Amino acid sequence: MAVLMNEDSRVLIQGFGGAGQREAATSLAYGTTVVCGVTPGRGGQVINDLPVLNTVRQGVEEFDANVALIFVPAPFAADAIIEAADSGIPTAICITEGIPTLDMVQAKAYLKQSETRLIGPNCPGVISVAQRSRAGIMPVDVYTPGNVGVISRSGTLVYETVDQLTRAGIGQSSSVGVGGDPIIGTSQREALQLFEADPDTAAIVLIGEIGGTAEQEAAEYITEMNKPVVAFIAGATAPPGRRMGHAGAIIAGKAGTAAAKQQALRDAGATVVESPSSIGGTMQQVLKDQGLT
Amino acid sequence: MKLHEYQAKELLADYGVPVPRGSVARTPEEAQRVAANLGGKVVVKAQAHTGGRGKGGGVKLASTPEEAAEAAREILGMQLVTHQTGPAGLPVHSVLVEEQLDIAREIYLSVAIDNSAGKPVVIASAAGGMDIEAVAEETPEAIHNQLVYPHCGFQPYQGRALAFATGLDGDLLRPTADLMGKLVKAFQENDGAIAEINPLVVTGDGKLVAADAKFSTDDNADFRHAKLVKLRDTSQEEAREVEANEAGIENYVKLEGNIGCLVNGAGLAMATMDALKFEGGEPANFLDIGTANSADAVVTALKIIGSDPDVTAVLVNIFGGLARTDIIADGVVIAKNEGLLPQPTVVRLAGTNVAEGLKILDDSGLDLIRADGFAEAAQKSVAAAADAK
Repeated sequence: MAVLMNEDSRVLIQGFGGAGQREAATSLAYGTTVVCGVTPGRGGQVINDLPVLNTVRQGVEEFDANVALIFVPAPFAADAIIEAADSGIPTAICITEGIPTLDMVQAKAYLKQSETRLIGPNCPGVISVAQRSRAGIMPVDVYTPGNVGVISRSGTLVYETVDQLTRAGIGQSSSVGVGGDPIIGTSQREALQLFEADPDTAAIVLIGEIGGTAEQEAAEYITEMNKPVVAFIAGATAPPGRRMGHAGAIIAGKAGTAAAKQQALRDAGATVVESPSSIGGTMQQVLKDQGLT
Repeated sequence: MKLHEYQAKELLADYGVPVPRGSVARTPEEAQRVAANLGGKVVVKAQAHTGGRGKGGGVKLASTPEEAAEAAREILGMQLVTHQTGPAGLPVHSVLVEEQLDIAREIYLSVAIDNSAGKPVVIASAAGGMDIEAVAEETPEAIHNQLVYPHCGFQPYQGRALAFATGLDGDLLRPTADLMGKLVKAFQENDGAIAEINPLVVTGDGKLVAADAKFSTDDNADFRHAKLVKLRDTSQEEAREVEANEAGIENYVKLEGNIGCLVNGAGLAMATMDALKFEGGEPANFLDIGTANSADAVVTALKIIGSDPDVTAVLVNIFGGLARTDIIADGVVIAKNEGLLPQPTVVRLAGTNVAEGLKILDDSGLDLIRADGFAEAAQKSVAAAADAK
């Protein structure tokens, strides 16, 4: 089972340039089925034994691709997302950072009327560990199979969290980077729903950030969940009104502060970690307390 | 990117939003001429990227062109300190000289992005001229919203709904809805992040005028707004941040502490600040080096950190994904060898190519403080900063 990625996943790389080729090679070596690349105008070429196609639709029809992993540069990325959705592919994962917000408004509106689930943009992707199924840019060495799911707005904090879990002897089912942009395809709340429904996941780490109200919306759902959630909010020390790297990480109003998010998560029953270096240790304790190890 | 008030008003006027008569001035003489053209009775407003300008002494009324010149003389060249600027304040290089308005009512109006809805939202309140944050907190029922649907755009009925909600009915109903439509158009065509008119004034003779305007744009869309980008005023930004931007480092924010940070990824960079604070330290900056696909980019970033006089210790905290730790290590070694990073430096590397990265550090023979995990990195940085004091 796991979340979003599994042994049946067949990955198509949209924007098959340097980064796309390198990550395709890493995923293939890891054991993931990567079926083709898409670069418009380069159809017919073969790069690193992978066929290059002109359109996503061809990848779906001829290679049964069911995951589109998008590396297309920011000015053209919304077009790539809409093309993926129009091809009927079930899952699109967009790594690209820096897409104009109003482009995402258009893409998001299109996605609503399509069957495609978008993860990201501005995210590290999705990996399911026991299934060795990877669509993203995460380093694979830090992962170990297990029953903890990881959700994060930030890519590098996924790696940090997974590393801490692995060092604490806790394996992971899947990790989902939902993305650091203001408008994303799949919210933290929806990602929690996926993990709650996943039989391979027993507990979840949720890594939020300052800015917006997505953590509060996730907290509303946590009150309904059966599985324990350990949460950390990055940016407790960030000054208000300044964009901290991620376009979405800017405190505008009280709801955007780490304190407000921590409170909402605590009230919902999540275990909130104050220090980012204690995420693994806290999950260890939670699993022990709940008899889930 | 933030626009000055006068730039925002010029932009909105191009879309047909009514703004007060007036003009920008950069000298007292210029201010006097503008005031004379407007009939003498004017308001002189400091142009700086901050709210609360009135309380900071940046807005003055004048009854004659001579008084306008005098007001401009006082304002131009000042460091305007407000609740938003910090103690250093912002320099004022221009003033906006405008006609005084006969104010009957003040309305709040803005367009922003509603992240959860994934759409722009138009926000209006009858409580204009006030701090909208405070209004939202104390009387949330006084704030009214309409989402902008991407495929059909902002509709007149939505403008009318907001007009009714803010009491702008009767003769003002259609002009208000019309003005909102123009504001939304300006927002969408210029990749706005926030477009705010506060207050939108109803004059004694029943006209609408945007008495103050703020407009900021989405930096990610700069590539398609060559004209707009020219309006950027770097004098309103932190000098070190401008220097970092010019060197191609976009995600640098100067902070008030003494531990310089070079981190990859915005989340890890924020968490690194949090960890330092948790261990009793204070970060000197936020810096997300991103993918860092060349050692040069790392050297440039370390040079900016290393030359900050506030910095007494440096923490390099990297968890490589797309970013490669060997490239980061190369950059650290070059920066150290070139004397760009004189402060004690803690290096924590993990993730992509970490074996190669650590080997580069080992082979360099440099006196670097190595840390394995996140907690250790934060603790050692705080200790190094304390020792250096």
